[in-house]
Amino acid sequence: MIRFSHPLLCAAGFASFMAAGLFVTPAAMADVGSRIWATGGVTTIEGSAGGGLVPWALLGSYASDEEWGGTLALSRAEVDDYTLSVTGAGLNWNNRIEVTVARQTLDLDSLVFTLKDGFGLEQDELNQDIFGVKVRLAGDALYSPWGQWSLGAQHKRQRDFTVPEAIGAQDDSGTDFYFSGSKVFFAALFGRNLLVNGTLRGTRANQGGLLGFGGDLNNGYEIMAEAGVGVFMNRQWLLGAEYRQKPDNLSFAREEDWWDVFVAWVPDRRLAVTAAFVNLGDIATLTDQQGVYLSLQGSF
Amino acid sequence: MRPSKTKMYMAALMIMASLLAGGCQSLHNESDNSLYLQLGERAGIADVVEDLLYLIVDDERINEQFKGMDVAQFHRNLTDQLCELSGGPCKYTGREMRELHAAMGITDTQFNALAENLILAMEDNNIPTAAQNRLIKRLLPLYPDIRHL
Repeated sequence: MIRFSHPLLCAAGFASFMAAGLFVTPAAMADVGSRIWATGGVTTIEGSAGGGLVPWALLGSYASDEEWGGTLALSRAEVDDYTLSVTGAGLNWNNRIEVTVARQTLDLDSLVFTLKDGFGLEQDELNQDIFGVKVRLAGDALYSPWGQWSLGAQHKRQRDFTVPEAIGAQDDSGTDFYFSGSKVFFAALFGRNLLVNGTLRGTRANQGGLLGFGGDLNNGYEIMAEAGVGVFMNRQWLLGAEYRQKPDNLSFAREEDWWDVFVAWVPDRRLAVTAAFVNLGDIATLTDQQGVYLSLQGSF
Repeated sequence: MRPSKTKMYMAALMIMASLLAGGCQSLHNESDNSLYLQLGERAGIADVVEDLLYLIVDDERINEQFKGMDVAQFHRNLTDQLCELSGGPCKYTGREMRELHAAMGITDTQFNALAENLILAMEDNNIPTAAQNRLIKRLLPLYPDIRHL
């Protein structure tokens, strides 16, 4: 997987790539996929289609039942003491199966000193790879009265296990399983369309896996509840919020639930821009981590 | 499991239950004709359908399915159908939807293409977003008939 030397350079390169994609000939535009605008969700921090923090039952890209589709995404969350960067890519076959990969890099910023003084560890970032698959079991989020239901898995591999191991994590890899339902209710709120999503996730991951899997307080799978709602102001703008419950496996530091408030702009099937305010709670002894999230996604 | 976890678990189950319950909403047709008026009455709907026809002809995904049809009759029937669905004083006199689409083998891709063209045709005629959404909501019950599910 490509590593970019500087996040800004990388974002700029990506933006120009997207812009180039926006101005291709109309004949090529029809190839993006046939699903209705903004119904592929955006790319989550774990690569699966959804919102920012929570995977939804929607599959990425715009592929409908006779089409292939793909997505590329770059995301960045800057909270008080950490920065999370994500590069993700996904493929969708026939709006039936989504396969995704993502690389997360967590810059430890201020935690570097805690690790050095407390554990004698010199580490300034944690990296994790996530391989995801999601299958649409039944339904269509727009057209089926009972919505769309999907089952997914995210296999996560921590690439820098020294720090997670030192603070009590049991394993350097793990697999999350989730079951998700999504439904768009037409003209539900002042004539606007309302998107509702619920997800149940079985997981052993600490802070999504960035701090390893399992711990001294709990080492088994637990079921976590996640939810997202959004209102389509029109077919280009979606306003919403998400909530993600988290396990608390490590006695080293308390882990808290995540939530965010987001706005997504989808000017065209080829491009989606998501901005959010995120609250990640306490992370590895540093309290109340809040900040901004920005994500760019291109579909093809 | 902490008490707050149990609470969250319940909340998630309730969200999922509400998703399921959404499917059971009765399809009560509002007796008022406000949607019909927002669409510009029969003349406004006829303009939308005309633009929709131009979009269909140019759309490689679906134009094959419309080959050989009587354009004037299609225009009249669909206009009447949307007029009636939106609460207007019209009566759809065409064939029953399920029977009409039975042999066509309409895919989701084609259904999405038609939905996209309808939205674009409504946008071209400056139909407000809320009215677009309300009309699509009333068309949703036709999905299983058109897709022959």
